[in-house]
Amino acid sequence: MLASSGCELRQAMYNQEKYEPLEASAFFDDGLSFRNQVTGTVARGQMMLDTHYYQGMVDGQLASTLPVTVSQELLERGQERFNIFCSPCHDQTGSGNGMIVKRGLKQPPSFHQQRLRDIPVGHFYDVITNGFGVMYSYASRIPVEDRWAIAAYIKVLQLSQNVEFDQLPAEDQRQLQ
Amino acid sequence: MAQVFPRSANWASKASILAALLIVASILGVVLNINRIDYVSMVGVAIDQPVHFSHKHHVTGMGIDCRYCHTTVEVSAFAGVPPTETCMTCHSQIWTEAPILEPVRASFRDNKAIEWNRVHDLPDFVYFNHSIHVSQGIGCQSCHGQVDQMPLMMKAHTLNMEWCLDCHRDPAQFIRPRDQVFNMNYEYPANQETLGKSLVADYDVQTSQLTNCSICHR
Ligand code: HEC
Ligand code: HEC
Ligand code: HEC
Ligand code: HEC
Ligand code: HEC
Ligand code: HEC
Repeated sequence: MLASSGCELRQAMYNQEKYEPLEASAFFDDGLSFRNQVTGTVARGQMMLDTHYYQGMVDGQLASTLPVTVSQELLERGQERFNIFCSPCHDQTGSGNGMIVKRGLKQPPSFHQQRLRDIPVGHFYDVITNGFGVMYSYASRIPVEDRWAIAAYIKVLQLSQNVEFDQLPAEDQRQLQ
Repeated sequence: MAQVFPRSANWASKASILAALLIVASILGVVLNINRIDYVSMVGVAIDQPVHFSHKHHVTGMGIDCRYCHTTVEVSAFAGVPPTETCMTCHSQIWTEAPILEPVRASFRDNKAIEWNRVHDLPDFVYFNHSIHVSQGIGCQSCHGQVDQMPLMMKAHTLNMEWCLDCHRDPAQFIRPRDQVFNMNYEYPANQETLGKSLVADYDVQTSQLTNCSICHR
């Protein structure tokens, strides 16, 4: 008796009457303790009035400039996030031959084809935010700031794969000759 | 009246008192240490799941980064378990007929979360935070073991207080460069002792406070 009441007390402290993140709830119909936001409501900090920053659009057109300042840090962040979230399918160079594609996923277009090289940077932001064709949206997984970092990095990838010979550093020019 | 017990019985009674004490002590020993036995604390025991999700297959086989699925591990206390939508970014196209994935598809169709069984679960009176560990150079591997080799998730360590304190007393044993936190195959250099000390200094780890009760019991 003593032992069992001891255990109950212990259990009560181990599993208190509060929800930890993602813990199941018997109270709500959908079984979730985490409540989704009520449709049609806007919480503080969710007023996304800056269309350039939040939608990648300027005057109803895809933005061709970044709403954030480009820096070495931004590009490094973009590279890291690209490798985490995009490379499984688009691979680290953006040519569209990622590991998951080899296992049977639809092959995405290479970022180095002319159409995508000419497209405004806002397109990449838009694809990450809203998805494209069979590609899902990454809006719930990648914060806005990081989406721009990735978009900026893709532009850099495109440049890196398409350098004109006379733009190469002298050292590389010599090696190629 | 004649004596029932001969004089030599004194010895037997003393011995039995001693034996009784020993038995009580060893029972106490077992009870108090039961949480340290691997089987009881479930170390190394694979936990069954509604879907047989394999970290080995997804992490080692396909090279997917932990953060693709555990998106909040760098910024919040909670690492997070991925929603069904994350699985469907690939499984809407891959193995779409496989019966093994039916619970995933059903969950997506019916908008009902998959009920994963928790593998690591600290008592509610302990405060834990992922982001501080990750940003201070403690690898997932130091606490979760070779996740990349697990067909089903299991605990690699007891997660008891003694285990936390073993590191909190001297984090230099385990600390690694920040860019190696997600590397599942990091090998500690031979000079870890000196490297560890300099990383602890560089990252400004507050070693003096780390064993205060109020750090973990708030
Ligand atoms: C699970 C695989 C997968 C991942 C991960 C993925 N994509 Fe895609 N992506 C695709 C596929 C497949 C297509 C082609 C979609 C179609 O044509 O239906 C595509 C298409 C695209 C396109 C081309 C749109 C066009 O105009 O043709 C862009 C840009 C793109 N993805 C960017 C990204 C970025 C940025 C990330 C990382 C945040 C990413 N993708 C992550 C699979 C993926
Ligand atoms: C493709 C998605 C995916 C990737 C990538 C992934 N995980 Fe997981 N992880 C899951 C899912 C789903 C669960 C819940 C089911 C389970 O426990 O196996 C989980 C559970 C866990 C748990 C146990 C949670 C608990 O119940 O206590 C740990 C620890 C963990 N993952 C660590 C990692 C680490 C470390 C990496 C990177 C090496 C990683 N995961 C990569 C999807 C993923
Ligand atoms: C980035 C793409 C990707 C994501 C995200 C992903 N998977 Fe997979 N998964 C695959 C691929 C590809 C295979 C098939 C591997 C093969 O062909 O060898 C697979 C195989 C599987 C299998 C069967 C084979 C096995 O033993 O692993 C299960 C079960 C599975 N996945 C569950 C999940 C669950 C649950 C999630 C969500 C937490 C998830 N997957 C997320 C790509 C993914
Ligand atoms: C200092 C030790 C430590 C490190 C480092 C660590 N974890 Fe954990 N992890 C824990 C503990 C302890 C729990 C149980 C937390 C609880 O019950 O509240 C846990 C729980 C989890 C869970 C279950 C969900 C949750 O947050 O409770 C996942 C997933 C996970 N860890 C993934 C990771 C990944 C990925 C990394 C590397 C980036 C990592 N962990 C690094 C100790 C650690
Ligand atoms: C492998 C080493 C390691 C292990 C194991 C570990 N920790 Fe830590 N922990 C650290 C380091 C390093 C810090 C960072 C301290 C700093 O920067 O001041 C930290 C910080 C913390 C903090 C935040 C302190 C603050 O100042 O807010 C908490 C809370 C914490 N740990 C709890 C735990 C708990 C609970 C466990 C066991 C379940 C655990 N830790 C296991 C290394 C570890
Ligand atoms: C680094 C984190 C950490 C620190 C610091 C810490 N504890 Fe704990 N403590 C834990 C964890 C984790 C557990 C839960 C162990 C388990 O799962 O049984 C725990 C459990 C306990 C328990 C319950 C034991 C039981 O058998 O249920 C007591 C009492 C306790 N701690 C007291 C203290 C006191 C007093 C201090 C300060 C001297 C302290 N703790 C400092 C992490 C910590």
